[in-house]
Amino acid sequence: MKSDSSKPDNQSGIKPKNTALKLVLAAVAMFGFGFALVPLYDVFCEITGINGKTAGPVERVEQWVDTSRTITVQFITTNNAGMPWEFEALQEEVEMHPGAWTQVEFWALNPTTEDMVGQAVPSVSPSEVAQYVQKTECFCFDQQKLKAGEGRKMPLIFSLDPELPAHVRKVTMSYTLFDAGAFAE
Amino acid sequence: MTTATASHDDHGHHGPAKGIMRWVLTTNHKDIGTLYLWFAFTMLLTGGVMALIVRTELFQPGMQLIEPEFYNQMTTMHGLIMVFGAIMPAFVGLANWMVPLMIGAPDMALPRMNNWSFWILPFAFGMLLFTLFTEAGAPNFGWTFYAPLSTTYAPSSVTYFIFGVHMMGISSIMGAINIIVTILNLRAPGMTLMKMPLFVWTWFITAYLLVAVMPVLAGVVTMMLMDIHFGTSFFDAAGGGDPVLFQHVFWFFGHPEVYIMILPAFGIVSQIIPTFARKPLFGYASMVYATSSIAFLSFIVWAHHMFTVGMPLQTELFFMYATMLIAIPTGVKVFNWVSTMFRGSMTFETPMLFALAFVVLFTIGGFSGLMLAIAPADFQYHDTYFVVAHFHYVLVPGALFGIIAGVYYWLPKWTGNYYNEKLGKFHFWMSFIGVNVTFFPMHFVGLAGMPRRIPDYALQFADFNAIATVGAFIFGFSQLIFLFILIKTIRGGEKATDQVWEGAEGLEWTIPSPAPYHTFAEAPHVK
Repeated sequence: MKSDSSKPDNQSGIKPKNTALKLVLAAVAMFGFGFALVPLYDVFCEITGINGKTAGPVERVEQWVDTSRTITVQFITTNNAGMPWEFEALQEEVEMHPGAWTQVEFWALNPTTEDMVGQAVPSVSPSEVAQYVQKTECFCFDQQKLKAGEGRKMPLIFSLDPELPAHVRKVTMSYTLFDAGAFAE
Repeated sequence: MTTATASHDDHGHHGPAKGIMRWVLTTNHKDIGTLYLWFAFTMLLTGGVMALIVRTELFQPGMQLIEPEFYNQMTTMHGLIMVFGAIMPAFVGLANWMVPLMIGAPDMALPRMNNWSFWILPFAFGMLLFTLFTEAGAPNFGWTFYAPLSTTYAPSSVTYFIFGVHMMGISSIMGAINIIVTILNLRAPGMTLMKMPLFVWTWFITAYLLVAVMPVLAGVVTMMLMDIHFGTSFFDAAGGGDPVLFQHVFWFFGHPEVYIMILPAFGIVSQIIPTFARKPLFGYASMVYATSSIAFLSFIVWAHHMFTVGMPLQTELFFMYATMLIAIPTGVKVFNWVSTMFRGSMTFETPMLFALAFVVLFTIGGFSGLMLAIAPADFQYHDTYFVVAHFHYVLVPGALFGIIAGVYYWLPKWTGNYYNEKLGKFHFWMSFIGVNVTFFPMHFVGLAGMPRRIPDYALQFADFNAIATVGAFIFGFSQLIFLFILIKTIRGGEKATDQVWEGAEGLEWTIPSPAPYHTFAEAPHVK
């Protein structure tokens, strides 16, 4: 093109430079949108509870306890690949009423000869229950630092919202333990 | 094309410069189109050799030829090179050559950027390919590079892969911007949007898809880069991230990407079928709207690639129905192609044969896609050879046959010579037989449970795999016939008329054959 591209040289009257600039901006915006998907994904999962992700600590409030039904809550622990710790729930399951506060214990032991940092990541099944799980204390809120050979009992205090849908009778809470050495705080 | 005529010199134009610098410095859309097409063909052969290594290993059960680690590198590199190195650049090359000729523009709107967007590519793929010779080996995590395979467990060469993808992305975005600006601003007087040939329309829509999703791909590899080198944890659950997030962001790019690889082929076929049926395209407007609908829907179906990650029922249902909805505009297109042929006076030159094979075989790939869209059934098909059969049917006899059809269709216009019709038909039949012998048996082994991306398999899959390997070699080596035909046609042959094909209509057939170095210096008037 020999013509000055800032002047319209066509019947449409649009300036090519402007069109190009707009498209570059669109591309940059989409690059940003890619990153915006990260918080959007979390917000979406939190609102809908579809990822089985439970929320952070809540204030303990004494609430109405629905004694008319009993929910079985099971606990599962998993070590992520390469995580050498012993990690188990000290009770396989508990029976509880929605609204009642319950404390359970987990056990972790670092059998290696090095100090390590672990991070447990929670998940709830069925995933629709995630939004009804209230935790005031959970070892999964913080990184767990264990010296070589050290073991520790770790508490979890939680309740299930009495609004829990009536068809739910059994809830599985699963914790996966990761080596968080790279992310030590 | 070194045979470009000097007949336009008296208009004050100059012909191409001499020597290698002509190609390095060129801003001519025809030169750049040629560069893109040769680059894509080189990559097709490179990725093809990798596919043949994979197929050779799979000829018999057991490990006989290569190490499993190298097998993983071959499947990964084959996918990356075919998608980003062969199919996409070939389409950009065709757009460079044909879009200005079809809308009566003197060149692309941003010729210097055009040069740049091509010349980035050899460096991007040089960087990707050189990882094969490093100690860590090439990327081995599959072309979809799911985290944490591509982050926590990746070979150290992953960083070269990431920068390679960045460069390819920049190249594609620049190419797409150039095409949109050209179409919006440089159309000849009278060439309204709804008069544009369908190849221009499909590329116009594809270019918008590219601008929308290639930056998201750049974003996801940037997140990988940060996870690997800067201690972030986008995809690492230990640090609060989520590996499933990777799949969401990747497929938000990845699904529009599969339409980026097929829409221009739709356009090519929509040019070829009317020419050889000697009838105008049936349902032009519905073709435009169908293409736009497919492009729109491509943004809301991505999670059908992830039915097995543990999504809730409502989400699975949404993505299942949204995916099935795409069958409607696609069905409109197939209907229109068939209706165009109905009662046409058809002849079966090589481009038409490839276009017809496209319609039939792409539809087979579309149907297996519908099967995969059924969420409950997908749990059986997921990550099996059925998926491999599906996407190879839409990409090889789909996208690649579309490109080959386009090359045969426009080759006489580019070179001024007709190709040898007998050889072209020989190439077609060898490719057609080869592609079906290769990929059709994969449906069966996939439904029977053979997983993809594994170098060994259970004994009961042995016969079908042996057949597929034979087919792959037939298909692979018949592309050398294509290469021979191309070189032969460039060097000489029966002189082509300006219109080239009896039934051809459009601005590109009004200029001389071979197309002069500069065309439409004065815009033609379209009635």
